[in-house]
Amino acid sequence: MRAPARTLMAVGIAAALAVPAFAAEAPHPAKQHWSFSGFFGTFDRAAAQRGFQVYKEVCASCHSMQYLSYRHLAALGFNEEEVKAIAAGVEVPDLNDEGEAVKRPGRPSDRFASPFPNEKAARAANNGAFPVDLTLVTKAREGGPDYVYAVLTGYKDAPSGFQLQPGMNYNEYFPGHQIAMPPPLSDDQVTFADNTKASVPQMAKDLVTFLSWAAEPELEARKAMGIKVILFLIVLSGLLYAVKRKVWADVH
Amino acid sequence: MASTSAMFDNKLVKWVDERLPIFSTMQHAGMEYPTPRNLSYWWNFGSLAGFMLVVMIVTGIVLAMHYTPHADHAFASVERIMRDVNYGWLIRYIHMNGGSMFFIVVYIHMFRGLYYGSYKAPRELLWWLGLVILVLMMATAFMGYVLPWGQMSFWGATVITNLFSAVPFFGEHIVTWLWGGFSVDNPTLNRFFSLHYLLPFVIAAVVFLHIWALHTTKSNNPLGIDIKGPQDTIPFHPYYTVKDMYGVAVFLIFYALFVFFAPNMLGDPVNYVPANPLQTPPHIVPEWYFLPYYAILRAIPNKLLGVIAMFGSILIFFLTPWLDTSRVRSARYRPVYKWLFWVFVICCIALGWAGAKPPEGLALWVARIGTVYYFLHLIVLMPLVGWFERPLPVPKSIATPVLSAQPMEKA
Repeated sequence: MRAPARTLMAVGIAAALAVPAFAAEAPHPAKQHWSFSGFFGTFDRAAAQRGFQVYKEVCASCHSMQYLSYRHLAALGFNEEEVKAIAAGVEVPDLNDEGEAVKRPGRPSDRFASPFPNEKAARAANNGAFPVDLTLVTKAREGGPDYVYAVLTGYKDAPSGFQLQPGMNYNEYFPGHQIAMPPPLSDDQVTFADNTKASVPQMAKDLVTFLSWAAEPELEARKAMGIKVILFLIVLSGLLYAVKRKVWADVH
Repeated sequence: MASTSAMFDNKLVKWVDERLPIFSTMQHAGMEYPTPRNLSYWWNFGSLAGFMLVVMIVTGIVLAMHYTPHADHAFASVERIMRDVNYGWLIRYIHMNGGSMFFIVVYIHMFRGLYYGSYKAPRELLWWLGLVILVLMMATAFMGYVLPWGQMSFWGATVITNLFSAVPFFGEHIVTWLWGGFSVDNPTLNRFFSLHYLLPFVIAAVVFLHIWALHTTKSNNPLGIDIKGPQDTIPFHPYYTVKDMYGVAVFLIFYALFVFFAPNMLGDPVNYVPANPLQTPPHIVPEWYFLPYYAILRAIPNKLLGVIAMFGSILIFFLTPWLDTSRVRSARYRPVYKWLFWVFVICCIALGWAGAKPPEGLALWVARIGTVYYFLHLIVLMPLVGWFERPLPVPKSIATPVLSAQPMEKA
């Protein structure tokens, strides 16, 4: 009995020692308040539109969003003319009637134009690092929107003694703390049409709202339907339980 | 057979039934089937499993209409389903979470069988057919998880198919044959899609046999005693049809909470990153329903022995009808086994927890102790307890305790 108990204790101590060490390695992203969380969550349209502006003016120079089309932006409250204008502001590769590669103004039906033609070109332009596609980023990371917000706002000076590789940046929340992306946001980098002050936390929050919509455009329809489905099922269960009781009355 | 057709008034039904007795068979199997009157809600999980199979086949067929089984297009086609197909997100989330729901239901169904000794004579074949369904379900679920061609799809497929390389002598050849090439690639995805579409129909066929065996030996019940006469049974319809429908409705609430409010909770976020053969994710973890087996696999330092233990942990259940030596079926009358059963349940959950962690420190020890206890329970404790335990007196018939519990019974 003693030996296993001692082993277990040793293991327990080792685990207890390991946990804070791990915590220092990658702190847990702080929980933010998101308009789209909870049973009745919806996307804050104004925030998402501002977030789209941040994406367009800052992120889009390196990051693609290949699963979005410009027409999808209508869901954020842009009207048809605005969507057309946004699409037309982008050059999209296409073939002309002679079969030659050309660039033409985008249409609402086009996918978001990618900044680089392929991964090799993207790496060549970014010091060997590949800027990930952002369409699903909030869904594809442990911690979701909280994590993406934490990385966007988590740039710091490297602690003394930390060996930073050349061309890398220190980020508190990125695994391994070394991220190739330089701090993407700085105060007043963009000018919001609604006069919201473009501070780094504000831009990060708006951007993550936009990215969360891009990752889960069905979220509002899903939750709205879910409420109805569950209310219906509760009533149905109640009715079926009553029927069951009635049918079984002569057995019990 | 012709005589049973006489019960139908409708001339057409009667005409068909005299030539092919589908109506009278349905009447016998789905309505008259004499069912023990004392089944608890734990007996709802069989019909729930059947319900899940139908849900998975229906949503799966619709998904297959929009999905592209090609390494270059699979991931994007799933995103197309999520974004551009009408209610595609709903169908996919029902299917994706449906896999987990199916396993939840089937695991509860099996634990119920273990608790009430439903595998014992004369129900050995019924139990075996259930195990065949489980193995087919696992193969189907594994291949289904590969189809979205995300990072975990790809690396999960790589790890699991690589297990066959542990086979002495032919291992590498088997793996190459499974892959259809020298790594997990487009041919692998193609065949997994084909088999993922095929196996559910094989499952449906085995379910048919499972129900046939059930209707031959009749349902076990919480007392674990045989049906002695008509006073012990009630017709399946309307009693159990309505009870099963109520069960489905309650279960759907649970299911809908996941589909509508936490659709990705049971999945791994890494699978929303497209497959990349050049980048291994830091932790390769299977879906939750495989975690206990994964823990057993990694608890053993030797690869071949680990693989044998992992497959053995499922195949061992084929022997439970004989490993359990007790003459009493229901754990209700087995004072020792009753507790061991719950320890075994906790052991399985602990293995699942350990399977989710990297195999080091506490998790590795939990996996090792859990693995030893898992087999100890099934191979050593089950036979021993059956011999040494003194079971409590078992009721004379199903009707006796049911009726005596309520002296004012009506006819």
